[in-house]
Amino acid sequence: MNMQTTSRLTAAETALVEAFGAQIGELPGNGAVIGTRDRLLDDLKKSGLPTRRIEAWHYTDLKNLLRILPDAATVSAIDPAAPLVEGSKVLSILQGTADAKAAVDGVEIALFRDRLADGSAAAGLTALDKDDAIGRINGSFVRDGYAIAVPANTELDAPIELQALHGAGQVHTRFPVSFGAASKATIIERHRSVAEGSALVSSISDIALEDGADITWIILQQQAAEDTHLGQIRVKLGTDAKLRLFVINAGGKLVRQELRIDVAGEGAELTLRGVNLLGGESHTDVTLVLGHNVPNTNSTEIIRNVVFDRANGVFQGMIRVAPDAQKTDAKMSCNTLLLTDDGGFSAKPELEIFADDVVCGHGATVADIESSHLFYLMARGVPENKARAMLVKAFVAEIVEELEEEKLVEALEGVISAWLEKHA
Amino acid sequence: MLEIKNLHARIAEDGTEIIRGLSLTVKAGEIAAIMGPNGSGKSTLSYILSGRQDYEVTEGDILYNGESILELDPAERASKGIFLAFQYPLEIPGVATMQFLKVAMNEQRKARGEAELTTPDFIRRVKDAADKLKIDQAMLRRPLNVGFSGGEKKRAEILQMALLEPKLCILDETDSGLDIDALKIVADGVNALKSPDRATIVITHYQRLLDYIVPDTVHVLYKGQIIRSGDKALALELEENGYADIIGEAA
Repeated sequence: MNMQTTSRLTAAETALVEAFGAQIGELPGNGAVIGTRDRLLDDLKKSGLPTRRIEAWHYTDLKNLLRILPDAATVSAIDPAAPLVEGSKVLSILQGTADAKAAVDGVEIALFRDRLADGSAAAGLTALDKDDAIGRINGSFVRDGYAIAVPANTELDAPIELQALHGAGQVHTRFPVSFGAASKATIIERHRSVAEGSALVSSISDIALEDGADITWIILQQQAAEDTHLGQIRVKLGTDAKLRLFVINAGGKLVRQELRIDVAGEGAELTLRGVNLLGGESHTDVTLVLGHNVPNTNSTEIIRNVVFDRANGVFQGMIRVAPDAQKTDAKMSCNTLLLTDDGGFSAKPELEIFADDVVCGHGATVADIESSHLFYLMARGVPENKARAMLVKAFVAEIVEELEEEKLVEALEGVISAWLEKHA
Repeated sequence: MLEIKNLHARIAEDGTEIIRGLSLTVKAGEIAAIMGPNGSGKSTLSYILSGRQDYEVTEGDILYNGESILELDPAERASKGIFLAFQYPLEIPGVATMQFLKVAMNEQRKARGEAELTTPDFIRRVKDAADKLKIDQAMLRRPLNVGFSGGEKKRAEILQMALLEPKLCILDETDSGLDIDALKIVADGVNALKSPDRATIVITHYQRLLDYIVPDTVHVLYKGQIIRSGDKALALELEENGYADIIGEAA
C-alpha cells in the first residue's frame, strides 16, 4: 500500500524527497532534531502533498498547484532593506540565514539554527495534525530564524521587523516568539522577494502571549510573481492577552497562510484583519482555525479581498467554541471586491459551537464597486479610472486604518497603493 | 446656459419612463426653482443632468452653453461646471474627505488645462470655505460623509460646491432634513455663489427654502413634464393651494 503511494509521487514531491536526501548531514540539528526531521519527511512522503480530497485543502489542491520546485541551493548576495516603518529594529533573514549580530535592547534574541543544533527546538518542530503539510515541509527543511523572548512588563518603543528577504531557491524559516506578562510590542513579519527567479518559501511563527500581553503582529507577504509562499502562524493567547493580527498578501503565485489560534486565557481578545490583493494568475489561500477554549473571550475577524485578472482567492474561517467557553463573542466577515470575470474567490466560514451561551456570527459578501459611490465621485469631476482606484483602495485601506500607529498605517497604505498602481 | 428640449428618459434597467417630454430653459445668472409632488421626476431630472448611467435618454436633448452633453460622462460634465448637490450624500468609508476634495479640485483643474493647486493654497481655500459654512475641521478629518449628521452632510455638499465653483448648480431637495438654522447657513452658502455667469436649479418640495433662496423662475414638474412656469408668486400659490389645482388644470 505504502509502496503504491510512493510510486505515485509527483515531480514536486520527488524533488522534496531528493532535496532532503541531498541535504542530509548539512541541515542543522542534533540527534533529536534529525529524528524529528526524518519522521516529518517520511510522513510527507507517505501521504504526499495534500489534494482537494483533504477537507482542509479542498480549495487549494497543493499536489496539483505545486508542480515544480526551484533548486534547493541558489544563494545570491542580498542586502538588508530599509524597514517598512522608519525607526524599526530590523532582524534580517537573508536567503534564510539569520544575522548572528542581530540585537534589540531589552529583548532576548537567539538564532534558531543554534536551537536546532542544541536540540531545544526539536519539540516544536512537529506537525499540528496529519494534514499539516506546511508543518511537515518546514519542520523537515528549516535552517534558521530567530527565537525571541520579550520579557514581562517590557514595552518596546519601536516595532521589531523580521525582514525575510530572498532570491530564487528554497527558503525555510522559523520564528518562535514569546511575549512575557504585560509586555507590549509591535512585530512586522515581512516576506519579500528581491531578485529574479522563483522560490519556495515556508515560514512558521510560533507565538505565545502570556497574561496581559498586548501585541500587534503584522504579516506582510510580498513575494514575486512566480513564488510559492507557505506561511503558518501558531498563536496561544493567555489571560487578558490582546493580539491584533494583520495579514496582508500582496504577491506570490501560490500562497497559503494558515492561522492557527488558541484562545486559552479568560478575557483574551483577538482582532484579526486580512487584506488580500490578488492579481495575475495567482492563487492565495488564508485558512483560519480559531479555538475559543475558555470562557469570556472575544474575537473579530475581517477579511477584505480585491480580485483582478485571473487571480483566485480562498478564505476558510473555522471558529470552534469549546463546551465550557461560555460568553464567547466572535464575529467574522469576509468581503470581496471582484473586479474581473476571470478570477474568483471562495469563502468558507464555519462555526462549531459546543457552548450554549455565546454570540457568534459570520457573513460573506462578493460584489463589484458600488455604482452609486462611483457616480458620486465622478459627479465631482474625478475621472472614472481614478474614481475606481480610490474606491478599491478605500475598501482595503479602511481595514489598515484600524491600526493605531500612524506611521504603520501610512506604510501599509503605501504598499497597497503601489500594488494597485501596478495591477489595477 | 441650459436648454432642455423635449426630453424623454427612462430607467435603464426596467425601461420605466420617468421624464416625458420635458422642456426647460435656464439663463446665466438665473435661479430656477423646480417644484412638484413626490414621484414627479425631480430627482431623476437632477441625475440625468449630471450624467448618471442608470437612466437612458430616449428622445430630445440637453444643451449646456449651446452644446449637447448627452454623450459626456459625469466627470466630464463636472469639469465643465455642472454640480449636483445630492439629496442623500453618500457615505464613502476609507476615502478621506480632504484627499477627496483635493483630487476633485485638481482633476477638474487638469481637465480645464489649469495648474494644480499647491497644498498650502488648497488648505487655505478649504479652511475659508469651511469657516463660512460653520463646518468643524474635525469633520474634514473623517472619511467622506461617514458619521456626518443629515445637516452636516448638506453643509458638506455646499462646501464642495463652494470649492469647485461650478457654473450650473443643481440643488436636489437641499432643505430636506435641515432645521431652520442649518437651512439659513446652507442658503447663505448658495446665495454667496450667486453671480451673473452662474445659474442655479433649486429642486424642492416645499416653498420654505425659497424664502431664503429667492428664485427668478418657478416651474412645476408633474409626471415628467413641466406643466406650469411662473415667477416666485407661483411658489406661494402652491404653498397656499397645494398641487391639486394646477395638476387639475393641466390634465
